[in-house]
Amino acid sequence: MIALLLRDLRLAVRAGGGFGLGLAFFLIVVVLVPFGVGPEAEILSRIAPGILWVASLLAALLSLDRIFALDYEDGALALIATSPLPLEGAAFVKALAHWITTGLPLTLAAPALGFLLNLKPDAYWFLFISLALGTPALSMIGTFGAALTVGLRRGGLLMSLLVLPLYVPTLIFGAETVRRGAEGLTTTTPLVMVAGITAGVFAFLPFATAAALRINLR
Amino acid sequence: MGMELVVTDLGCARGGVPLLQGVNFRLHEGEALVLRGANGIGKTTLLRTLAGLQPPLGGTIDCPEDQSAYASHADGIKAQLTVRENLDFWASVHGTEVHEGVFQAFDLVELRDRFAGTLSAGQKRRLGLARLGVIGRKILFLDEPTVSLDRFSVKLFADFLKEQHLAKGGIAVIATHIDLGLEAPEIDLEPFRAAYDAGGSSDEAFL
Repeated sequence: MIALLLRDLRLAVRAGGGFGLGLAFFLIVVVLVPFGVGPEAEILSRIAPGILWVASLLAALLSLDRIFALDYEDGALALIATSPLPLEGAAFVKALAHWITTGLPLTLAAPALGFLLNLKPDAYWFLFISLALGTPALSMIGTFGAALTVGLRRGGLLMSLLVLPLYVPTLIFGAETVRRGAEGLTTTTPLVMVAGITAGVFAFLPFATAAALRINLR
Repeated sequence: MGMELVVTDLGCARGGVPLLQGVNFRLHEGEALVLRGANGIGKTTLLRTLAGLQPPLGGTIDCPEDQSAYASHADGIKAQLTVRENLDFWASVHGTEVHEGVFQAFDLVELRDRFAGTLSAGQKRRLGLARLGVIGRKILFLDEPTVSLDRFSVKLFADFLKEQHLAKGGIAVIATHIDLGLEAPEIDLEPFRAAYDAGGSSDEAFL
């Protein structure tokens, strides 16, 4: 499983791998929002938690269709399915690799970008921790969506439609954590919800992903 | 007791359409079987069924667990990785190591550190086949292994099959249109063509 993780990470950073695509998208959205909304610090700091969370969600969505599509096209997925590696493990590793190449850079960059949106200083820590806990769920749910649509040409639209509703709870509780943090309220409840969703998703979806892959490989 | 691959009364379907039925054969260690038949008769489907990528319509496949490997023209080569990195990956997935002999057997010695994306079609094919020499599986299901290989490379591959695989107790089922020079029985799939109403599994229409 480590071999698959290392290979995916290596492919991501080599030419054409798409590493940084999500991060660049995130950066662009967050930089452009103040231009669109106007420079009033009051408004910006009110919408900052939502903008940062929505932008990171869309950035994660951007690279989902690559998770299985390339391996499916060149036959590697069928070979992995017939290898000793359990497909459930492969699904988990694929999600992990996606998180390391998109979710983790987003989490690390978000506090710096919060500055551009005049995010309240109290909220930086909560932005970081809520993204760190929430983005793994985005990757795992996205991996499941990618597995459902792997055989389809141009399955990206269908996948977005399948995946976005499943992203909503993480988005709501993630943004709520940051908003409460900014206002100095207690953040335990939304933060625990984000963590709970992530834990549940990682417990169940590798199996669902493997089942979807088996059907699509037939 | 030696390893055996026993196929009994096997039927298989592609996209819900039954293609083959009543396929029987038995292979012992060191034996190969060559599948013949016109395009579309179901050679690929049969091999994918044997490899466990799709469920059979009927019949049984008795095959030692975790001993089989499948190879087709789509051989999972990553253009952004070097020849060695590609093979290292498959070796570590299968818990084996890449031996120098594999590079020699498939004439890849000088290509080792090239990116797979810069190889010619035939060289890529050799790399794809070299995977079989790396993963240490005893039962190989090969779908048109010699496509885009020149005569010299076909000979290399046939030698590999004979000397490195079959001579060491391996089993191979090969779909091919050319003569590999193996002393192996051939079966023509034409007599096993499924009757039109052989009954696909009922849920296929919904998948």
